[in-house]
Amino acid sequence: MKTVNSMNLKFLSRSVNEAFARTAVSGFLLSLDPLLEELNDVKTAVSEAVTNAIVHGYKNSIGYIYISVSVKEDRRVTIKIKDKGCGIPDIEKAMEPLFTTGGEERSGLGFSVMDSVMDKIKVTSKEGSYTTVTMERRFSSKGE
Amino acid sequence: MIEFITCSSEEIDVLLHGEVDHHFTNEIRPLIDEKIIEYRPKILVLDFSGVTFMDSSGVGLIMGRYRLMSEFGGKIKVVNIPSYLRHVMRISGLYKIASFDFMEDKNENC
Repeated sequence: MKTVNSMNLKFLSRSVNEAFARTAVSGFLLSLDPLLEELNDVKTAVSEAVTNAIVHGYKNSIGYIYISVSVKEDRRVTIKIKDKGCGIPDIEKAMEPLFTTGGEERSGLGFSVMDSVMDKIKVTSKEGSYTTVTMERRFSSKGE
Repeated sequence: MIEFITCSSEEIDVLLHGEVDHHFTNEIRPLIDEKIIEYRPKILVLDFSGVTFMDSSGVGLIMGRYRLMSEFGGKIKVVNIPSYLRHVMRISGLYKIASFDFMEDKNENC
């Protein structure tokens, strides 16, 4: 399937950039003339993944977070969020609802939320090296 | 970002404005906790009517305040939750610990 549009972002893992990241991605997707709900779902998923990169990936440090977004002909949107942080030792465990290593103030629901608002989610990681979250959602067509 | 509408030993009523994410909750958490510890109210009311976005950090905020309020027998109530935040609230299972009050769907078609 042909890619009809794409973009890349690179920014520092400062929590103030969480709002920037989700707003930039949703702004890019405006050209699809999406439903408000679709846009809100994508913003939520991006916010969760970026927060994970900041809180866990770059736990005691600051590094770059990379986002790439591509849109296919059939309005399938793929969002890839990558950090070059500490990685996840056990991805299956990390994706369990309520599991967190972030302490009492973290709900442990990040992946559950991403999973529930996107059609597909895939996580790859290497300890001490990187984590990549790839999410997909097909946007509805007008009149669908 | 937040506004304290009422502060007494009966009730603390907090109005939240803006986008509730990890950055936001880190900023406002100490402000709310300071008031809870000072007044030790019977009930903490978190008013979400001014919230335009929320991710799971908001769930963490509610859970954390629930724990703090429980330490001295206080309760927590979350009110005026806009319809677009229901999804995150629902999957969180927060209904078990806090009382919820949703806003009427006024803008469902916009």
